[in-house]
Amino acid sequence: MSAVPIEGVAATSEAVAALRERGGVEVEFRGLHRSFGDVHALDGLDLKVEPGELIALLGPSGCGKTTALRVLAGFEVPDAGEVLVDGVDVLGVSANRRDMGMVFQAYSLFPHLTAVDNVAFGLRVRGRAAAARRARAQELLELVGLGEHGRRYPHQLSGGQQQRVALARALAVEPRVLLLDEPLSALDAKVRVQLREEIRRLQLELGITTVFVTHDQEEALSLADRVGVLRSGRLEQCAAPDELYTRPATAFVAEFVGTMNRIPGELHADGLVSVLGQKLAALDAGDRQPGVGVDVLVRPEVVEVTADAEGTGRVITRTFHGAMTRVRVGLGTGTEVLADLPSVDAGELSPGATVALRLADRGVLVADPLS
Amino acid sequence: MSARRRPAIWRWVVLVLLGVYFLVPLVASFWFTIDDRRRGGLTGEYYTGIVGAEGFLPAFGLSMRLALLTILITLALMIPTILVVHLQLPRLRPVVELITLLPLVLPPIALVVGVGSVLRWGPNELAGTPLGDFLVGLQDENMPWILVFVYVVLALPFAYRSLDAGIRAVDLHTLVEAARNLGASWPKVVWQVVVPVLRTSVLNAAFLTLALVLGEYTIARLLIFEPFSVWIVQISGSEAQLSVSVSVLSLALTWLLLIAVSSLGGRRGREATLRSL
Repeated sequence: MSAVPIEGVAATSEAVAALRERGGVEVEFRGLHRSFGDVHALDGLDLKVEPGELIALLGPSGCGKTTALRVLAGFEVPDAGEVLVDGVDVLGVSANRRDMGMVFQAYSLFPHLTAVDNVAFGLRVRGRAAAARRARAQELLELVGLGEHGRRYPHQLSGGQQQRVALARALAVEPRVLLLDEPLSALDAKVRVQLREEIRRLQLELGITTVFVTHDQEEALSLADRVGVLRSGRLEQCAAPDELYTRPATAFVAEFVGTMNRIPGELHADGLVSVLGQKLAALDAGDRQPGVGVDVLVRPEVVEVTADAEGTGRVITRTFHGAMTRVRVGLGTGTEVLADLPSVDAGELSPGATVALRLADRGVLVADPLS
Repeated sequence: MSARRRPAIWRWVVLVLLGVYFLVPLVASFWFTIDDRRRGGLTGEYYTGIVGAEGFLPAFGLSMRLALLTILITLALMIPTILVVHLQLPRLRPVVELITLLPLVLPPIALVVGVGSVLRWGPNELAGTPLGDFLVGLQDENMPWILVFVYVVLALPFAYRSLDAGIRAVDLHTLVEAARNLGASWPKVVWQVVVPVLRTSVLNAAFLTLALVLGEYTIARLLIFEPFSVWIVQISGSEAQLSVSVSVLSLALTWLLLIAVSSLGGRRGREATLRSL
């Protein structure tokens, strides 16, 4: 990852220099298993994080993403598998020697310490001299934009400020890996977007390998170099955000990331699937038999809607989203299809209008119909 | 308006009733100690005479030593226990809670009879054995360790409840993990995070224990030791006013300590606010 200068922060700051010099290390999960009673939180997780990469672990609650992070931090012990940091298995290393900086979902600042003392905590337990650690802590507070707030106690800071201090505290120990466990989920929307951009800027600047756990797909897609989608303790797919969106590897990823229509279709022997009177290539027909009914998965933006008195669809609702308009179309069969089209083309499509649907001519994913 | 005023009136009625209930005995005691019956008028001699009173210093010193040791042992036992229960074995919590309640439901008289009969094995059945010597050693007149151990048991309910309330008020789990993540060893987690975060609760537990040890009479008396409480009762026959003045003073002292503790929690915030202005 190339370093990007941070506006308003002295690049000569010792804290930044030290972190940059440290650079990123490689992190690898190999065949991780972890059960809690009958629940398999991790069921053979394999994942490799490249040096300096920001990887987001995304998935529904209970998919194992937080467990994976906690295993990396040393707070959970897996039943089987390995965790390699820079090629060395760290499972035998206790949490306080792992050299990972973690930002938690819950507010985790020590309530009895000021912001600057919170940031200096890691240096204090490492036995650094008081003056040196305060100076370093002050630098880091400035790095997260809170240089003026060092003497405040956590309860005098807003939620967003507290998480910034927590980030500075995690970075103060010059960790090998930065772990972010849904650090933005308790914040309100505006602060969330602002802080996530700032986290990304810092991460790029420092080149630190970062694992970011979230259940918010927008956050994952906008922040990460790659997004790993987890389901039932396994990695479904790990890919760059645009690839994940346009070429999801499985039906689960397709439906979990972004909005997806399910339209009934029928498989043919030649690898084609007929849907809405069109024949399109089925990308992952697997070992399904020809003639079997499937659901075709299509994004709203690949559905073309045109006013057509002969059409099979009827507009149910039309929702204006600025540049785009989302139209909900009912087919006679009970299926509903969402379509996104430029607002300038949506003028005629008022509710009740009869319309024809057409899919962009490209390969589509298929899935078994929901029972 | 009158509908709104009525609750306020009831508040005052309750407050006055409670005030009368608590204050009348106190004021009566206080009046008793400053009323000079021989010469008439007021006198402070029963307060100035406390320190010089026969047997006061040894008894008070013994009580303070007992209290200090009881507090140290109780905290050393309860802080790690409560940490383990909260962080690692939450299923054990009801069990620990029940155990710490036992001293409250067990009458001290039953406790002391049991302890007394075991202690008597020392000079009798077990005489000359190491265990017998140990039992005798526990009853040393100058440093009766047996009282410390019994008081630790008696203090468990108060210490546990106080610490438990403090722990529930913060997300200790996350704080401990944050400290571990930042490189703190377990002893450092306890000293630099848990104890400071629970400072108010720890002090509260300590002063409740202090109050308990200063006031405990039954067990000390039946095991034939003479700490503060036993001494007060003994001199009350010959020097009634002196004994009451000592009680009033010790009550005031305990109150002051507890008020100081309860104001600590709020003061940290206020100080910080002032500094940041």
